Amino acid sequence: MTEQEILAGLGEIIEEIAGVPADEVTPNKSFVDDLDIDSLSMVEIAVAAQDKFGVEIPDDQLKDLTTVQDVVNFVSKNAEGSA
Amino acid sequence: MTVDRETVVVTGLGATTPLGGDAASTWAAMLAGRSGVRRLTEPWAKELPAEVVGRVQARRMDRCEQFALVAAREAWADAGAPEMDPERLGVAVTSGIGGIGSILAGYDTLKEKGWSRISPFTVPMLMPNGSAGWISMEFGAHAGAHSLVSACASGAEALGYGIDMIRSGRADVVIAGGTEAAIMPLNIGAFAVMRAMSTRNDEPERASRPFDKARDGFVLGEGAGIVVLESLSHARRRGAVVHAVAAGAGYSSDAYHIAHPAPDGAGVTAAISRALADARVDPEQVVHVNAHATSTPEGDPIEAQALVKALGSAADGVIVSATKSMTGHLLGGAGAIESVAAVLALRDRVAPPTINLEEIDEDVPVDVAAEPRPLTKRGTEPMAVLNNAFGFGGHNVSLVFTAA
Repeated sequence: MTEQEILAGLGEIIEEIAGVPADEVTPNKSFVDDLDIDSLSMVEIAVAAQDKFGVEIPDDQLKDLTTVQDVVNFVSKNAEGSA
Repeated sequence: MTVDRETVVVTGLGATTPLGGDAASTWAAMLAGRSGVRRLTEPWAKELPAEVVGRVQARRMDRCEQFALVAAREAWADAGAPEMDPERLGVAVTSGIGGIGSILAGYDTLKEKGWSRISPFTVPMLMPNGSAGWISMEFGAHAGAHSLVSACASGAEALGYGIDMIRSGRADVVIAGGTEAAIMPLNIGAFAVMRAMSTRNDEPERASRPFDKARDGFVLGEGAGIVVLESLSHARRRGAVVHAVAAGAGYSSDAYHIAHPAPDGAGVTAAISRALADARVDPEQVVHVNAHATSTPEGDPIEAQALVKALGSAADGVIVSATKSMTGHLLGGAGAIESVAAVLALRDRVAPPTINLEEIDEDVPVDVAAEPRPLTKRGTEPMAVLNNAFGFGGHNVSLVFTAA
C-alpha cells in the first residue's frame, strides 16, 4: 500500500464520517484545527481505518495523530504486507 | 399586594407529524379530518432524508432529535428568527422516552461486533435531553436548556417550564416543545403487552378513535412539536406576530398507580383548575379543549368527566377535539403538537374534528367535535383554549392559551 493509496482511503473515510470532501483531506491538515473533526469522530475514523487498512490504532497513539500525514505515516509503518 | 408578572406569548410554531412535515400542512390535514395512520411497511427507524438534516449530522442525532431540530427551525423561522441576546434565549425541549432507536442499535452492535464498534455518539443520541442540547447549539441559546420528563405529559410540561423561565426573568425567549420517535418493535411490544394499543390492524385509519364507543387502545405516532415562547414586552419591542397568549399551566400527580389513571379523575380536575387559576381565566372563557384522549377505553371518559368537574356549568359551551384520532399518540411529542393545534384553533377560530367518532361513549359527558366547528367568544373576556396531557407515572398537565 503506497502513501498515496492510504491518503485516498483516509479521504474516503473522513468524507463518509465527518462530511469533509475527500479532496480536502491533504497531508498537512490538522484534524481539529483545519478539518473541524472532534474527538468522538476521531474514534469513528480510527475504527474505520482499522477495517480498511488492517491497522489497529491504540488510544494512546491516536491522541498523538494530529494531522492527516501522521495517520498516513502510522498506517504505512504498521500495515501488514506494507513494503 | 400583587406584583404583575410578565405575560408570555407564542410567536413561533413548528411541527413535523404523521400528517405533514410542517405546522401548516399538519393543521390543514387536521381540518380536513385526514388520518396519518397506516400499516407499518418500511424498515425500522428509517433515516430522515439528507436534505432535511445533513447526512453527517444525521449520523450523530437520534431520529427524535432530528424531528425536534426540524420543528425548532420551523418555529424559529415562523417567529421571525429574532436577533437577540443569546444569554436571554432558553430551551425547554424534551422527549418521553428519548433515543430508544439509538439504544437498540447500539445494543445490536454490542452483541454482534463488540463494544469498540458502538458509535461514539450513542450516549448523546440516547439521552432524552439530547434534543435540547442540539437546539441550544443550533440557535446559540445560553439561558439554559432543559428537559423535564413525564412520559406522555412531557411535551406539555416543557411548555409550562418555558412559561416559568420567562415569568421568573431567566429568559426573554424560550424554544419549547417535545419530540418522539418510538415506532419500534420493542416499544410496540411493550405497549401491546400492557394491552394499551388498538388491535384494529385491518383498518389502520380507523384504529385511533378517541371518545368513540368502539375504541380499543391507542396508535403510536412520531414527530415533534415546537413553539417559540416570548415575553410580550420582548415580542412588542421587535414587532413580532403574536399567535396567542401562553396564559398558564397547571400540574398535578395522581399518586395512584404507575400506569393506570386514577378512576375519580381528581388529579386531572386539579390540573385543569390550577391551569385556569394560573392563567387568571374563568371557565366561561374556555371555548375549546384539545384533549389528551388517546383512544384507550379507560382514559378517555375519565378526562371528559374531569373536564366537567373542573369547568362546572361552563363545560356546556366547550367544544372538545381529540387530534390523536388523526396523528396517533406521539407520547412525549403529543402535548407539544396538540398545543400547536390548540394555538392554531384559537388563531383560526375553528376546532379540528375528532375523526372516527361514530357513536360517542355514553360515559363521555362533553361536546366532542366530529367535524370542524367554528369557535365563538363567550362573554367579554378573551376566548381561551386548553390542552391536556397526561403521562404514565400519574403526571397531569393542563395548559391555557388565550386569544392574542
